[in-house]
Amino acid sequence: MKRFALAGNPNCGKTTLFNSLTGSTAHVGNWPGVTVDKREGVYKKGAEPISIVDLPGIYSLSPYTPEEVVSRNYILDEKPDCVINIVDVTNLERNLYLTTQIMEMDVPVVIALNMMDILEKQGDRINAKELEKRLNIPVVEISALKNTGMDELMKVALATCKKERKGVTVLEHTELSHLIGDVRIALQGQEVANPLFHAIKLIENDEIEIAMHPQTVKMVEEFKNTFTNDLFGTDFEALVADARYRHITKNYSPLLTKKAKGIKLTSSDKADRILTNKWLAIPIFLVILFSMFHLTFSENFLFLSGILNKDWVSLAGTHFEGLFGSGEGIAAPGVVLFNLMDIITATLSGWIGEGVANLTSTEWILNLVNDGILAGLCAVLSFVPQIIFLLLLLSILEDTGYMARVAFILDKIFRKFGVSGRAFIPMIMGFGCSVPAMINTRTLADERERILTIRTIPFFTCGAKLPILAAVTGAIAMAFNVANVDLITYALYVIGMATAVITILVMRGTTQRGEIAPFIMELPTYHMPSFKALMIHLWDKTKHYIKKVFTVILASTIIVWFLSNFRWNWTIIEAKETMNESILASIGQFMQPIFTPLGFGSQLGSLGWVFAVAAILGLIAKENVIAGFLTLSSVILAMMAVNPDILVNAGVLSEEVLAELNALIESGEFGEDGYEVVAMIAATGIEIPGLISFIVFNMTTIPCFAAVATARGELKKGTAKWTILFWILTSYIVSMATYCILTWWWTAFIFVALMTLVICIIRLYNKKHPIAKRG
Amino acid sequence: MKRLSDFLVGEVGIVKKVNGERMIRRRLFDMGITPGAEIYMRKKAPLGDPIEITIRGYELTLRNMEAKCIEMEGNN
Repeated sequence: MKRFALAGNPNCGKTTLFNSLTGSTAHVGNWPGVTVDKREGVYKKGAEPISIVDLPGIYSLSPYTPEEVVSRNYILDEKPDCVINIVDVTNLERNLYLTTQIMEMDVPVVIALNMMDILEKQGDRINAKELEKRLNIPVVEISALKNTGMDELMKVALATCKKERKGVTVLEHTELSHLIGDVRIALQGQEVANPLFHAIKLIENDEIEIAMHPQTVKMVEEFKNTFTNDLFGTDFEALVADARYRHITKNYSPLLTKKAKGIKLTSSDKADRILTNKWLAIPIFLVILFSMFHLTFSENFLFLSGILNKDWVSLAGTHFEGLFGSGEGIAAPGVVLFNLMDIITATLSGWIGEGVANLTSTEWILNLVNDGILAGLCAVLSFVPQIIFLLLLLSILEDTGYMARVAFILDKIFRKFGVSGRAFIPMIMGFGCSVPAMINTRTLADERERILTIRTIPFFTCGAKLPILAAVTGAIAMAFNVANVDLITYALYVIGMATAVITILVMRGTTQRGEIAPFIMELPTYHMPSFKALMIHLWDKTKHYIKKVFTVILASTIIVWFLSNFRWNWTIIEAKETMNESILASIGQFMQPIFTPLGFGSQLGSLGWVFAVAAILGLIAKENVIAGFLTLSSVILAMMAVNPDILVNAGVLSEEVLAELNALIESGEFGEDGYEVVAMIAATGIEIPGLISFIVFNMTTIPCFAAVATARGELKKGTAKWTILFWILTSYIVSMATYCILTWWWTAFIFVALMTLVICIIRLYNKKHPIAKRG
Repeated sequence: MKRLSDFLVGEVGIVKKVNGERMIRRRLFDMGITPGAEIYMRKKAPLGDPIEITIRGYELTLRNMEAKCIEMEGNN
């Protein structure tokens, strides 16, 4: 099968083209650097199937960022049959700069002139025929977004790949031509493939090239000694870059005729005037961030509860009671989605439970299905629409091009903490899912900045941690009669971000000392998010979550059920007896003391180990925490039915809640209605500080399996184990502080004093031992 | 000697020379900031840094620190 590689600048539409060609569903965004690794698909609409490889976007084939090296090595080593160089016609000069480097390799090249639709809309024109003639490379006009020119492009590429092509350079008629010719002949003598490309890179003092051809370097230096230039002296890197751009502006740029001369105000500029306005930019950003969470989580949407007379909202008496909120307020769209899914899963699990009951009356099977599987799965599935809704909002921010502006607005603030504004994009992505966020750090050129960003991404509470937040804060509201729990939710998000800031500061002062990476970034034009691209992305994520629910989480809930219902000698525990004899209990009890300083350890009595178990389950997947809770609490409720004495915490619960609990126990429906966590509160006697500390621990500790594996892959060898230790330490300290401060407010002074002391020691030490400046 | 970092919002100028550390310089070249290129100073970020410029028909953002590396034509 023939193999075509897609190469081009970041944000020039490569991935959109890739999706159009292969019918694939790769994620597209509107900021430079969405694709950071190569990706393969198959084009099937032509005469023969063709493998398409999407390479990360690059500005140049220099060796400075990991993704540039990936693209360069792919073309040189894997030798695709043809390189399709995508050129964003609205940004011609800079895109052709990469073209002038690709055409120096001995590989067939076709140019896809992308964004023709936008060019036409602007009233501009390009003479593609003449461009083709001057470049001596086939040029095809396409619009990846509007899906035009695809078949033509593939036809031309298929014809082109059959002819061998020798590299040519635009530096041919410059003063450098002799030098390049000499080095190329020398390399040809050594039978090096792509001699022209390597010759030019050697002359540019390219680091990779110097390491590859050490014996040739000396000769190149001798050749260079005979050469001087008035403007650049012997700065060959500058000379080559300058000569490329000079050639482009002289020969190719005039082929583009613009309707309007000079700099005009587009609608993108107008949007930018407001969104990056000197006074408005930061307030607007904060409002957008708040609205994002308000739309997703609020039970009192737009704070209307005070204004509206709202009894009609609750749909009381119908099957959909509470869908749009309650008398307390209207639910935000994210909450409505959750409520809807909750009603659906509850109804479905009711039917399945009945169905199974008709088939068998064996008690342990019924228990396994109802308490083990259905309770856990429903708990997680109910949250999927809400998570997807949050992802939708994040994707809109990405797709419009606003995310890049956020980096621009906040760079100065972030620099104070020790990272560039660029690092903020993967961090915000972390609110969705840590895995793509960590992979995305490849666009950061500086290794230290990458380490810092990867380590702190989990502190940006991801979608899978959302159920923990929502369920536990919900239970706090019910059990302790606390109003406005969404404020607690926001506060917890803030604690996560504050943890990120503090740990970055500490690491920048200790293990990751060094200068801050440069910040040179393209700001993409704003555009309306593409509905199709958004849906593709969300569908992809939905599939991902559902798959996870029915694999990892299903398996874990079944295992948890078995471990909590069997003793070490493999005899089943009847509900009458206490769960404390189970395998899970003994493991949990063993771990329990570790969590005592965090507020959910030994102080919780004989059933308190459930929190320890849930926290450990979260290391596999964060959804497991709540799935595990549900499984464990339905067992607790079953125990309460037999033995009401285990309600150790009856004192702190209101009579209403107790009545509800008793009603649940009597009805025998243990797997619904959000009372599970309340049951756990009742059985363990945990109080608000312990519960909040429990959330904080889960938010800041080692992320799920998938994220740890990604971090391992992205970090250099040896850094990963320190990263895991870092997560354990951070989560332990932060949740301990949370617990202590919430229980004894005056301990806040101790923690602040300790922190100040640590920072002072670091500052003092660093003053005495300054780092050497990078050359 | 005038540098890009001295430019006021709205000013237009031609690049004369690019200095600075090797990696930064290379990045600036790759992004199209080469001698002879025209730069339009679009705006400064709300906190005064980084800056946003138009170069070769697109928008680029860079810090004052990096803009200091860019010498511009004209003498003041």
